Parts: sequence; C-alpha cells; structure tokens
Amino acid sequence: MNFDELFGHLGQHTVDGLAKGAIYALIALGYTLVYGVLRLINFAHSEVFVVGTFAVLGVWTAVGLENNPPVAQAALFLLLGLAAAALASGGTALVIERLAYRPLRRRNAPPLVFLITAIGLSLVIVEILGQLLPDTLGGTMTTLFGRPRQVVGMPTIIESKPLFTIAGTSITNVQFITLIAALVMMALLDWFINRTKYGRGVRAVAQNPETAALMGVNQDRVIMLIFVLGGVMAGAAALLWSMRTGITQNELGFVLGLKAFTAAVLGGIGNLRGALLGGLLLGVVEVYAATLYNSSWEDVVAFVVLVVVLMFRPTGLLGESLGRARA
Amino acid sequence: MIDKLREVDDRRRALLGGIGARWRALSRGQRFLAGAAMVVFAYYLPSFGKIPGTNLIIPGLVSLRTDYMDGGSNWSGVLFTCAIYVLVAIGLNVVVGLAGLLDLGYIGFFAIGAYSVALFGSLNSPVVHWLQQTFDLPSTWAVTWAICLPIAVALTMISGVLLGWPTLRLRGDYLAIVTLGFGEIIRIFARNMTEVTRGSQGINGIPGPEGAPSADNQYFGLIDPKWWYFLAITVVLLMVFAVWRLENSRVGRAWLAIREDEDAAAVMGVYGFKYKLWAFAIGAALGGLAGFLFASRYAFIDPTQFNVRLSILFVAMVVVGGSGNMVGVAFGAVLLAYLPERFRAIEDYRWLAFGVAMVLVMVLRPQGLIPSRRRARELEDRAKEAAASV
Amino acid sequence: MSDQTTTATGDGPKIPSQPGPRRTLLDVDHVVLRFGGVVALNDVSFQLYEGEILGLIGPNGAGKTTCFNVMTGVYKPTSGEVRFAGVRVSGRKPHQISRIGISRTFQNIRLFPEMTALENVMVGTDSRHKTSVPGALFRIYRVKPKPEELPQVTAAGGLPRLWQQVRRGSAKIFGLSRHVLEERAAEKKSLELLRFVGIDGRANEVARNLPYGDQRRLEIARALATEPKLICLDEPAAGFNPAEKEQLLTLIRQIRDRGHTVLLIEHDMRLVMGVTDRVVVLEFGSKIADGTPSEVSRDPRVIAAYLGEPVDAA
Repeated sequence: MNFDELFGHLGQHTVDGLAKGAIYALIALGYTLVYGVLRLINFAHSEVFVVGTFAVLGVWTAVGLENNPPVAQAALFLLLGLAAAALASGGTALVIERLAYRPLRRRNAPPLVFLITAIGLSLVIVEILGQLLPDTLGGTMTTLFGRPRQVVGMPTIIESKPLFTIAGTSITNVQFITLIAALVMMALLDWFINRTKYGRGVRAVAQNPETAALMGVNQDRVIMLIFVLGGVMAGAAALLWSMRTGITQNELGFVLGLKAFTAAVLGGIGNLRGALLGGLLLGVVEVYAATLYNSSWEDVVAFVVLVVVLMFRPTGLLGESLGRARA
Repeated sequence: MIDKLREVDDRRRALLGGIGARWRALSRGQRFLAGAAMVVFAYYLPSFGKIPGTNLIIPGLVSLRTDYMDGGSNWSGVLFTCAIYVLVAIGLNVVVGLAGLLDLGYIGFFAIGAYSVALFGSLNSPVVHWLQQTFDLPSTWAVTWAICLPIAVALTMISGVLLGWPTLRLRGDYLAIVTLGFGEIIRIFARNMTEVTRGSQGINGIPGPEGAPSADNQYFGLIDPKWWYFLAITVVLLMVFAVWRLENSRVGRAWLAIREDEDAAAVMGVYGFKYKLWAFAIGAALGGLAGFLFASRYAFIDPTQFNVRLSILFVAMVVVGGSGNMVGVAFGAVLLAYLPERFRAIEDYRWLAFGVAMVLVMVLRPQGLIPSRRRARELEDRAKEAAASV
Repeated sequence: MSDQTTTATGDGPKIPSQPGPRRTLLDVDHVVLRFGGVVALNDVSFQLYEGEILGLIGPNGAGKTTCFNVMTGVYKPTSGEVRFAGVRVSGRKPHQISRIGISRTFQNIRLFPEMTALENVMVGTDSRHKTSVPGALFRIYRVKPKPEELPQVTAAGGLPRLWQQVRRGSAKIFGLSRHVLEERAAEKKSLELLRFVGIDGRANEVARNLPYGDQRRLEIARALATEPKLICLDEPAAGFNPAEKEQLLTLIRQIRDRGHTVLLIEHDMRLVMGVTDRVVVLEFGSKIADGTPSEVSRDPRVIAAYLGEPVDAA
C-alpha cells in the first residue's frame, strides 16, 4: 500500500480522478434518465457510448485529422466530432427504444425481460461494431468469444500539457476541457429538465405516468426524448473520451458501462445531480485505489462500491428522484 | 417479416403442444420406458449416425455430426461441450427459472469450480506446492480427483451463499447487475492473484479420474473425449433427477410461491430468503460441477476462459430455451453449443446470432422456445392486463 | 425462533362460547402506533380468548387494518406490545409469526395465481413439515409407515401389480422416507381442507381460474393449512351476495368448531352481529367499545360513530 505516493500528491490524484469521473458522470446520466422515468436499467446504454466513439473516429478519419492540429482547426473538429457522436449515440438510443423497449412496454413485460433484451442488444451492437475493426489474429482464428478485435488509435487532437499549476497540482488542458465540458453539458441538461416545457413533461411522467397521460402528456414522446437526451450525453462523453485517450474498441462499453451505472447508483439513480456527484466520486476513488494498490485492481473498486452502496444505501447519496419531486 | 416469424412460431407451438399433451397422456410405465429410451440414446450419441459395432454409417444422419466435413471438430468433443452447457443451463435454471432471480455472474461459479480442481489437483499449482512444503509431503502428491469433486462443490456452494447472503434482498434488476460484477471480480482475482492462481499463465496438468493427464490414460485422455462425454452425461442425468426431485417437492412449491407473491408466501410460513439462498447455492454447485468437469477435461485453465461473455451465453441458453422448464433449457443449451460447431459459416457471427436470438425471443416470445406451462401463463396474463388497461 | 413454538392441531379441544374462565390467546396491550405525527392507534387494549370469534369493527379509517397489521407483525407498535400465547409478536418476521400459530387472509385476495388450488393449500401445510432441501433431495431419513400409509396394490394384474407389490413390500421392510410421507400427508390434508371449505371439486384448477367466491374460500383453506391457533379473516365477505354471506357465516362457525380462534374484521354489521361472540369497536384509532354484539349495538358511542351510515353498508 503506497500511502506516501497517495498523500504526497493528493491534489494531483484528485484532479486525475475528477477528469476521469467526469466521463463516467456523463454516461451515468443516460442510466439515470431512463431509470428515473421507466424504472428500468438500460443495459445497452454502454453501447450507445461506444457507437459515439466510433462516430468520432469516423468523422476525424474522414476529414483527415492529423496529430496536433492548430487550435482553430482542433476546435472545429471537436465540434464536428461532438455533432457526429451526439447524432450517432442519440440515434442508437432512439432505435433501441423503438425497436426493442416499446414492444415490451406495450406487453407490460417484467423488468427482467427488459434487462435480457438489453443484454442481447448490447451483444448485437458490440458484434456489429466489431465487424468494422481489424482482428488481432489476422483473420485466421476465432476463439470461443469470437474474433478478438484490435484497439484502434485516433489522432491526438489536443496534446496534453499542463495548463496551470496550483500548489504543486498541475491541471492539463485536456483535463480542464473535459471537466468544463462535462459540467456545461450537465448544467444544460439540468436546465432543460427543470426549466423548459419539455422538461416539465419528463418530470410529470417520472412522477406519475397515469396522471401525466390524463393531463395530455404524450408518454411515448417523453420516453423517446429521454432516450435521445441520454444518448446525446453519451455522445458528449464519447467525444471527451476520444480526446483524452485517443483509442476505441468495440468491447470498450462493458466495463465502462458498469462503472457509469455504479456512478449513477452511487449518486442515487434517477437523480441528475446524483449522477454528477457519483461519477466524480467514483473517478476519484478509483484513482486513489489504483495508487494505493496497483492499477490492475482498479476495476474491482467500482464493483465493490456498487455492492456496498446497494446493500447499505440503495437510494444512493442524494436519493432517487428525477426533478426533485419524488421522495 | 416479423409476421412471418410469428406464423412459423405458432405452427411450431401447436406441434409442441401436441407432443406435450401426448406425453402427459402416457401412463407411468410408458413414460418410464420413453425416458429410458432417451437415456440409452444419450449414451449412443458419440456413435451417432453409425451402427454400433460395425463400420456402417447411416447416410442422412451422419451429416448432422460435426466431424464429417472439412476441418470439423471432434464429435465427442462437441457432445462433451453440449453436456457441460446442459449442466450449466440446468443449474442456472434453478436460479433464473425456478426461483426467478436473474444471475448474470454464473461464470464466476463455473470458474470457482474449475479453479478448485486446478488448485488442489494439479502438481503445478502453487496451492499444492504450499501444501507439500507445509506438511512435508512428497513432490508427487496432490489431492485426488475424486476428492477435488466434493471440494469444488463445497467451495462453489459456499461462494453462492456468500454472494447471496448480502445481495438477495436487492431488487431483481439490481441483483442482476451485482452478480455481473461478481463474475468479473472472480476473473480479475484469478488474473491478479498470481501467487495463488499463477495469473494469466494459467494452470496445466489438471487431473482427471485417472489422475494427471498422460499418454498412458486409457479412457480419460486428451485425444478422444468419448469417455469424458460419458462422464459428463452421467452427471447431467443425475443432476436432472436431483433437480426434478426438488422441483416436485415443497422446495419447488416454495420457489414458485415466492415468485408469484413473496409477501403472501411469507404469511403462509415460507421463509423466502432461505429458499432463495438455497436456489443460489444449488445453482452455484451445479455451475461449479460444470466448471470442474470442464477443467478436468481440458487439463489447462487460465483466466481468459472465464470471460463474462460466457455468463451472457448461459443466460441466453436458459431464456431462449424456456426458463423454468428443464427440457427447454437443455434444448437451448444444445442449440447454442451445437449450431456454431455444425455450421462453421456462422461461427464468426455466433455472438451476433446469440444477441439477435435473445432480442427476438424476448420481444416475440419471452417464455422461450419450449416454455414451462406456468411461465407462459404468467407472461400472457401480464400482457392481457396491459391490453385491458390501454 | 421461539422456543415456545407449539403445534396447533386441527381437532383441538372444543371450547364452548359461554362466558367463564378463559385463557387469553392474544393480548393487545396498550398499543400506540404513530406514523410521523399521525397517531394511527391510540392506546388500544383488548384480549382475544381461546376458542372465541371476535369481531373487529369500526367505520372507514378507524384503524382496523392497521390494528390487524400490528397483530400480524407487519407494523411494530411505537409503544405497548402484542403477545400471542405469552410470546411477543412485535419484531418477528412474517414466517415466524405463522410458525407460532397466527394465520390470515387478505382483503384483496392474494393467492398464488398460477398454482393449482391444491398446491396453494399445500404451500400452507408445508410450513409444519420438517424436511427441506436435503430431505427432498436425498430422502435418506426413513420412517416406518403406519399401515394406512403403505403403498396400495390396486392394479388388476401383470407387471404393474407386481411393481406395486414390490413397492409395498419394500416400504414394509425399509420404511418410507420422511419426505414422501410428509408429501402424502400434505396432499391428503390439503384435499381435506378443500373439502371443508367446499371446493374439493376444483383441486386441480389453477387458482386464477377459480370464480371469485371460490378464491376467497381457497384463501381460507390455505390459511387453515398452516395449523393456526388464531385465524384472522380480513373482510372475508367483501363482494359476496346475501346467500354467499350466509354460507360464509356457517363456515366461520365451523372453523371455530375445529378448534381455531377467529378474528374477523368486517364492514358488514349484520354479519358481525350474527357470528361473533364479542365485538371490539375502533374509531379514529381508539377503542370505543368492547362487549357482546347486543351490548355493543346499544352503546351510544357506537351508534354515534356509525350515525348516518346504514347499518348493513357501513
């Protein structure tokens, strides 16, 4: 246990964790939105995120992005990537809802049927994306788990360098952009849900679907809206991920999705601000744990957090509520 | 296209219903004979399409085997895999189909079963080395295969209870995610705890009924897995019998009652938690048994073999086949293990196909291909309620 | 689990309903229940004597169901306690309460809808049996069967007859497993209970397909199957027509005659007056009267509480 390292550079590790957690938080929003309204876990949401990273990769490849472009170009390509990712992720989420969830809802299927469907969908998306990637074994071998696919790199759009240093803690430009962008997206979503007409509809359906339907809220439209919103947030996360790590792979979603789900549960699933808090917290805890032990144990942290939270405080830190209305 | 699928499905259902009715109309003696015939057939399968004792083949049937084409897999080997998957499906069916708990971490129990025999039975395992040194045993000493078996079952049961104890109070979908995490944690432990499991190097020399793998082994060798299949199918038949006994006793009734109305069951004196825990432990033991046989057969395991994807495959076998019905889940298991082997063209797309199958079955026919009659009714009732409330 | 667990028997001593020295079975002792600031039960005390039929009545919202839930362990009282045969009820889990001898039916029927009527009742009888998973699995524990429990030889001849004879002989020599005996006893007793409530003809029908009245009867049979000393009926006549109510009255008396104590929560005043030995009246969470039906119906406070409500629809 490396306490010296952790406490010697506590600020640095915290900043690293926050930047990491910002992405979890953005993905967690998708789980939270769907759970808040439909009370079900959209297991396929992690794949919505992965589709976003593929869209970013596709756009950047198509426009011929090279490493470290000038600032104006980088900004343009980031916006382009965001648009593509948001479109792809939002679209995927919408397709999932229309093709799979809506027929199940019509039939009043039990929650586990939704979950199994979502797992199947998740597998389908992973495999379709996998067809786009070259395989690691040169096309001759398959394992029991299918063809292992290569991790593909993307051009570095912004070179990571320290932006400023406060009390020995340096924040890189990439971390800064990640955090700010995540917070802005989060604030926009919060505003949308709490201040606009559409948001009111979402909150109404979340609180009481029957009454909302009687008051003339179109439930199907609200549900489509939340899937799209969750998808767009996942798209933003995909862009930030691409910018930060510069890699993607079709099976990226599984672990990342579980972590984002953990973040949502930690903050209180169904609660937008909870997703932010849970994501940031989980990121920080993970970085601390990786420093204390070894980064190969990093993934265990999220699962342990998940089990502990569910056992002792299943409503999470901030409680389950979409739009503050449900106790 | 969807309508066409439904039409085909309706016809298949009618046929199935006919078979079911005919089966129930048989007398006890006739049922016994039919069952015995099926058992005999199960043991005949390795020579499927051939006439035993001769070299004659039956042309139509033989093409169903996987070894009568270029680069096909060993037929007995495929049968062994099928038997292992059937065992897994029957175990998972106790948890998912009977007790109604979705366990996505079943691969964890499979892994624990496999690692039990590897760690205690193999001469190359750090655990055996440690035991040799501590108790001053000869360097050829390791735990006998036959003793590894109860160890594996006990360890998996204990891990099932340890996982179930804190988590069974959770809501169904939360439980599913937590178990998924458990499956992944087991794999990470196997990978990271190199001083115990040798990490990603894996463990070889895992024993079978005849001891450590060697060329001298008469029956349970690495080349011809026929006897491995016989062993596995024997275990499967025994376990089918055991689960059938449970299903048709107060235990089965308690599971059903809990699934239908847990509060009312509690008022009738059914301690839900206890029976759920039993379901978890029994399911875990069966999964561990499957892992145990798997590790013995291949004599080598490493953490990558216990990918969470297998967990999802296991769930797919149960739900596609028809959860709650042993015939159904066994059928699902055989289907998902056999088809990719026989039709090599789809091998690359097998996971895609599994995913599509899961979605299609859930959207079109959530009770599975060969459903349990009760499960089918439960789901139909929910659908009717939904239709009535619109 | 309580060490005072005793098994009630179906044909216990018949206790006459005349007044006299009686044993208290259930003791509701100064029970107060608050939900936040709301007082749901305010210092309620009453006793239930062995072998009687007690009616618990009161206008809507008087706290009948709340009181019922305290008695069956669903809620824990804020202060005071409920004792059953000297054992504290509060704080026990529902299955433990069933074990000490309290059973109940539900106001809104809660059967196991996809199980047959017989299976529904068998779930109740199972709670008094000893074998569990190992017993059902291995069936090693053997018991010497009584002569009437031996397998019967019924087949006319041939192989089936030989087989049955072998089974009978081996049961004589080796005994039968306790699991098998209990399973048969459960089935026999469940059928007997179905006959008792009058729906044995539908034993193999799925519960949800039974007509409404039969579902209510099945619930009673299921509650009786746990061999309770006290059976609590929560508005058993809801939705019944007068003829069915009359049959229910007879059934309730028969239940008492089998040796069970009955607690009846009911809206229908006529039903309550016709069958109960004693009535406890609740209003706004407090007890306002306790006595024989005729005493209670003359009580001015009871009349005031029910004022303006027609007596039979109250």
